[in-house]
Amino acid sequence: MTQYLIRRLLIAIPSIFGISIVLFVVLALAPGDPFEELATNPAVPPDVRAALRQSLGLDDPVHVRYIAWLTSMLRGDWGYSFVSRIPVDQLIVQRIPTTLYVIGLSQLVALAIALPVGVYAATRPYSIFDQIANTLAFIGFSLPTFFTGLLLILLFSIYLDWLPFVYRTNIEATGWRWWWEQFRQSIMPIMVLGLFQGAAWTRFVRSAVLDVIRLDHVTTARSKGLPEGKITMRHVVRNAMIPVVTLVALQMPAVFGGAIVTEQIFRVPGIGSLLISAILANDTPVIMAVTFVFACLVIFFNLLADILYGWLDPRISYR
Amino acid sequence: MAGSTPASATASASPRPLTSPWSEAWRRFRKHKLAVVSAVLLGLLILAVLFGPLVWRVPINDIDFSVILQGPSLSHPLGNDDLGQDLLARMLYGGRISLAVGLTAMLVAVSVGILIGAIAGLAGGKTDAALMWLTDLFLSLPQLPLLLLIIFLFRDTLKAIVGPELGVFILIVIIIGLFNWMQVARLVRAQFFSLREKEFVEAARALGASRFRLAMRHILPNSLGPVIVAATIDVAAAIIAESTLSFLGLGFPPDIPTWGRLLFDARDHLDFAPHWALFPGLAIFLTVLTINFVGDGLRDALDPRRVV
Repeated sequence: MTQYLIRRLLIAIPSIFGISIVLFVVLALAPGDPFEELATNPAVPPDVRAALRQSLGLDDPVHVRYIAWLTSMLRGDWGYSFVSRIPVDQLIVQRIPTTLYVIGLSQLVALAIALPVGVYAATRPYSIFDQIANTLAFIGFSLPTFFTGLLLILLFSIYLDWLPFVYRTNIEATGWRWWWEQFRQSIMPIMVLGLFQGAAWTRFVRSAVLDVIRLDHVTTARSKGLPEGKITMRHVVRNAMIPVVTLVALQMPAVFGGAIVTEQIFRVPGIGSLLISAILANDTPVIMAVTFVFACLVIFFNLLADILYGWLDPRISYR
Repeated sequence: MAGSTPASATASASPRPLTSPWSEAWRRFRKHKLAVVSAVLLGLLILAVLFGPLVWRVPINDIDFSVILQGPSLSHPLGNDDLGQDLLARMLYGGRISLAVGLTAMLVAVSVGILIGAIAGLAGGKTDAALMWLTDLFLSLPQLPLLLLIIFLFRDTLKAIVGPELGVFILIVIIIGLFNWMQVARLVRAQFFSLREKEFVEAARALGASRFRLAMRHILPNSLGPVIVAATIDVAAAIIAESTLSFLGLGFPPDIPTWGRLLFDARDHLDFAPHWALFPGLAIFLTVLTINFVGDGLRDALDPRRVV
């Protein structure tokens, strides 16, 4: 297992490099000059500008600039936000716990929906329950997150007036009340993401369980008289999870996309809304850093999926 | 089979003598009731968007302060926005853009996917390994942040070159397409790997067919089934991606009312004018849902491994 882990880690490193190259190439190809602001400033004479460019290495060839950028990124020197003049890494460290909290809980919600519904539907294929679950799952992942978000706001905040629709960080309460308010304001963002993912996963789980349930070892378990519940839990679900883990890992980029949208709708102060506000304010260092962080998160979760995969299917880690 | 004489009693008793693959696929597709209903609905939607503006001749930017934020009425069936512009006209116009983006981005994605998948599948070896590494890399890229980044960086230049509408259209279509080809490439590669060892390909090779001819005439047509299914789903994904961009305020310019843009404008008026958000949202939802169902039906129809 350790060997397998190390191998997986070694595979993740080239991907991070690949993504950093993609990011840098996009930025290098982009028209526009980071010095545009200075260029239009009459107080800065052209030769000072040229000297500045020289000292910052802006006229170096692309690969030199890439290496300089990458080493400073790796050293933790992410530059300053153009807008707030705060170091970018501080900004991200402030914002990232909220994002991870919302995404993490929504994944749990999705799992809590998808596992029971998918397994139950697959053990009774083509029953009424299966058909209803299937149709609902289709509707669930055809509803874009931005529309579900607006629908939930309309229903729970405007008509019923049960939940607040703006996420606040400065709740004026302590103890239990704080937790309660925190819970109330995160229900909707979490549900929007959770329902969308849950719908997609339900279909994955159902089809994976359907594939496993036909296999011989399940028939064997049944014929030696094991109770049906035990067969499903011990012999079917664990094996069915193997392809599901792969599919879930493939969905990770979509999850982060959904997180950006939900954070924007509910004004959740995470890195997704940081990205949008940075784009609207032309704040290049923040945009680059947040995109890179998202890329690293995707790779990290893929790695996690690989580890889970090795645990679920020992054959893989022994190879 | 008019005019043909049955050879024996059993032959004439057979319910479907000789069917072409397409009519067989159609027979399977029809069995998926929801898919058929969806296909009809989707057809109606497309017709409405294509020919609606010819019938409903209200201009999309006709400002009328007497009907600001009004709900559906006889003169404005879907209500009005905060400038009193007619929402039906705006939605019909926006639908054209959404569908055009969806279809064109799908074409970009499928062309790139087929090209990469076919090269990887034919070449094998190191080329294949490199291309599959690229595919995996693209699968693990965070798409929405990158999409936003690229649009942010390139928007102004393209706008200056080909004008605001066309520039953003080209940019969005190409980028969405370039982030959606991976599934198709994997499918095509897998199909090439299994088909290139088949006897009919062997026969064509023995007759001296070039590699290009083998790929284009013999292997590709036989691997189209799963590609068509993936392409259908890609249209839905592209429509969602474009709407998401517009919803974040970073898609088409503000004066072009795409469905996502309408939602973006409507979200600050949810309490007074819920209809403004509901109709475009429903339109996106219905389009995506029907496309997904049609894709599901096509999977039943075109995937021969599936037993229906």
